[in-house]
Amino acid sequence: MSDQHPLYAAVLEGDAPTARKLTQAAVDAGEDPQSILSNYMIPAMDEVGRLFEENEYFVPELLIAARAMKGGLEILRPLLAAKGAEPVAKVVIGTVRGDLHDIGKNLVAAMLEGGGFEVIDLGVDVSPEKFVAAIKEHNAQIVAMSALLTTTMPGMKSIIDTLSSEGVRGSVKVMIGGAPVTQRYADEIGADAFSDNASGAVRTARSLIPA
Amino acid sequence: MNPKLEHILANGPILTDGAWGTQLQARGLAFGACPDAWNLTNPESVCEVASGYVNAGSQVILSNTFGASRITLERHGLSGQAYEINREGAAISRKATGSIAAVFASMGPTGKMLAMGEITTDQAREAFTEQAAALAEGGADAIVIETMSDLDEACIALSSAKTTGLPVIVCMTYDAGRNLDRTMMGTTPEQAAERLVGEGADGIGSNCGQGAEQMLPICIRLKAAAPGTPIWVKPNAGLPILQDGKAIYNTSPTEFAENAYRLVEAGASFIGGCCGTSPAYLHALKVKISAV
Repeated sequence: MSDQHPLYAAVLEGDAPTARKLTQAAVDAGEDPQSILSNYMIPAMDEVGRLFEENEYFVPELLIAARAMKGGLEILRPLLAAKGAEPVAKVVIGTVRGDLHDIGKNLVAAMLEGGGFEVIDLGVDVSPEKFVAAIKEHNAQIVAMSALLTTTMPGMKSIIDTLSSEGVRGSVKVMIGGAPVTQRYADEIGADAFSDNASGAVRTARSLIPA
Repeated sequence: MNPKLEHILANGPILTDGAWGTQLQARGLAFGACPDAWNLTNPESVCEVASGYVNAGSQVILSNTFGASRITLERHGLSGQAYEINREGAAISRKATGSIAAVFASMGPTGKMLAMGEITTDQAREAFTEQAAALAEGGADAIVIETMSDLDEACIALSSAKTTGLPVIVCMTYDAGRNLDRTMMGTTPEQAAERLVGEGADGIGSNCGQGAEQMLPICIRLKAAAPGTPIWVKPNAGLPILQDGKAIYNTSPTEFAENAYRLVEAGASFIGGCCGTSPAYLHALKVKISAV
């Protein structure tokens, strides 16, 4: 059972040094890096997400779990890359032009990484052109954008318009989030998906990727 | 109780002020621009906002310095002007109030997460200490730390602000969890009350996040957890509705005043408004308080 493995527990409890040590031990014991990730670590982060949505966990617990996950991932990544294993998908993420608030975006980025995605973080105040350039450069399958303010939220529509005019809208899924953002707004501007929290964003991102 | 606050509160609950950002926008503050920078570049407009609340009957005015720690100003490339922006911010409010009202200068969160290692404790302490010193020099009577979600950051801000010798009030924003009674970081009113009072806060409270009705149980719990400490509340004007990408608050000033007054009945000593409020809302609350 994956949830009885000590690595699962270490990620769930946010114990980064132990997560690192156990990941290395599993690798040394000859376990397949992909199985270590899929059998213990990603299920642990999924449970973290569930606890967050159930209000058992709050932001600090989520952050330390993501950090433990990251510790293990740093060991696995080069091994996965050497085997030619691809991440679940590549996600370009940033806050929209004029919006300098990055706490929510950083949480989503950490949770997506924990969920096995490769995250290209463009930071804050990102122009539509910069989003398009990053999507093209990294062949990203998903673009995730965030706005905290009702005044910057309309920037999301500009980005979607630019994706269309630059001919990349067809190749990338758009997900949006942030305090004032709603499903209705996502529908209005033609985004593919909306999530109202960092843990839900992982589920949302997975739903956008063909199995 | 802090003698300065005791003096201010001698005649019953005190009306504070309302939202500043929307008032500045109404005077031409551009989308995405730094509101705090106006303390240097457009002090007349900032003074108008403060005077608007003094005229509405506010007895305590904050200052246009919520986002003026050097860490938050860095977003706009203005961290080098942090001291001047804060000093002038407090001075503008002082000028607007004269001796009619008190100036409780505002300090907001850094916007960076200590838990993520985005900033260190020392960096936060340095920024808050600089900000508080400048606010004191500008003539503040007290300091109010607002909209905190991380109790660790709130306590760093508190001990930094205390170095000025001014009374310090610390408010958290409760808008998370199943019952919307925790901060984003999971802190409950009881946890906040115990630690903040323990670390020397002269007042504690709750601002933003929710309307007055939803803030009532928070206010009751804060009062129960810290019966001897003045409670400060600043609810939003109800819950916003998004219309064409703009947040609209449908609660009327009278309705706001009715709900906000229940917070006074629940033991709040300082009462004002946050997002969606304007001098009209504060005036309605003034009328309500005077009528009772």
